Amino acid sequence: MPSSAAEPVEARVSLVTGSSRGIGNAVARRLALGGHTVVLHGRTYESAAAAASALTRDTGAKTDAVHGDVADPAAVADMMREIHRRHRRLDSLVVNAGIHAAAMIGMMGSETVERLFQVNAIGATHTLQSAASLLRRGVAPAVVFLSSVMATRGSTGQAVYGATKAAVLGLTRSAAKELGPAGIRVNAVAPGFVETDMLASLDEDGRAERVRATPLGRLAEPGDIAAAVAFLLSGDAGFITGQVLGVDGGVIL
Amino acid sequence: MEHLDRLSTVFRGALGLAPDARVDALEYRSVPQWDSLAHMSLIAAIEEEFDVMIDTDDVLDMSSFAKAVALLEKHGAVVSG
Repeated sequence: MPSSAAEPVEARVSLVTGSSRGIGNAVARRLALGGHTVVLHGRTYESAAAAASALTRDTGAKTDAVHGDVADPAAVADMMREIHRRHRRLDSLVVNAGIHAAAMIGMMGSETVERLFQVNAIGATHTLQSAASLLRRGVAPAVVFLSSVMATRGSTGQAVYGATKAAVLGLTRSAAKELGPAGIRVNAVAPGFVETDMLASLDEDGRAERVRATPLGRLAEPGDIAAAVAFLLSGDAGFITGQVLGVDGGVIL
Repeated sequence: MEHLDRLSTVFRGALGLAPDARVDALEYRSVPQWDSLAHMSLIAAIEEEFDVMIDTDDVLDMSSFAKAVALLEKHGAVVSG
């Protein structure tokens, strides 16, 4: 029997890591406008709570906040325990928390190398591992990882960052196979050059060079990435798993 | 005892054991049915039945029925007779 149009539909509970600003914040905003209950995450309580309050103020959506360093497995476990206590489940997980650093090979300090892997690759792994049991309780559960065009295409100065984002693609594909039988879809989005703090340090020539390299003739807005993430989390992508969706204006062509 | 019965039922269901199979002395990999794949199904079933969330370290440490009992006691679900 078809459900009544008046039947209330419970909001999806969605966690977006690294959502106090940038792409993660755009994703959180997009999901909030789509009716999700969004759990925002920042490294500090202040950043996460402020972002959650702002999102509720701007959209009227129900939001929540958790915080912690995703490179710390204990902190990630604490975050998931909080979500379990408050929401009991996760329907959507967006693994976005990440850092960027660029340097020529031989010129990146070991601390920076380690921190890039700890946050981008190991942090993503901790997040998925700790969230898996919450996702198993979710409704049509789906995961989206944020990778990068640098994972597959590479670029000068991006060797380590690209390697961390390639690790995310490996995680995506195996997780999709392993969690598929539990009904959990896992995909990744690979942005090209995006207007975020990460590109803010570029001079005019650097920006122009990246625009020239992009067939669609502009840098991506965070909202471009958010739209792709929202699609992969939605029922419209209900038979898509283990895929990497490039949102790069054709830069890989 | 009710909680022990519930846990026993969860073990039998998740591991595909006979309804009358004894599980109180069961250990990880002591029967072919309790392999790594079944372990995750067992964890999910315990979480669902007792409304708890089990950390990764505890998932790795839960290597017997007795350890599952201790784990649930740690989470405040009273299972000791």
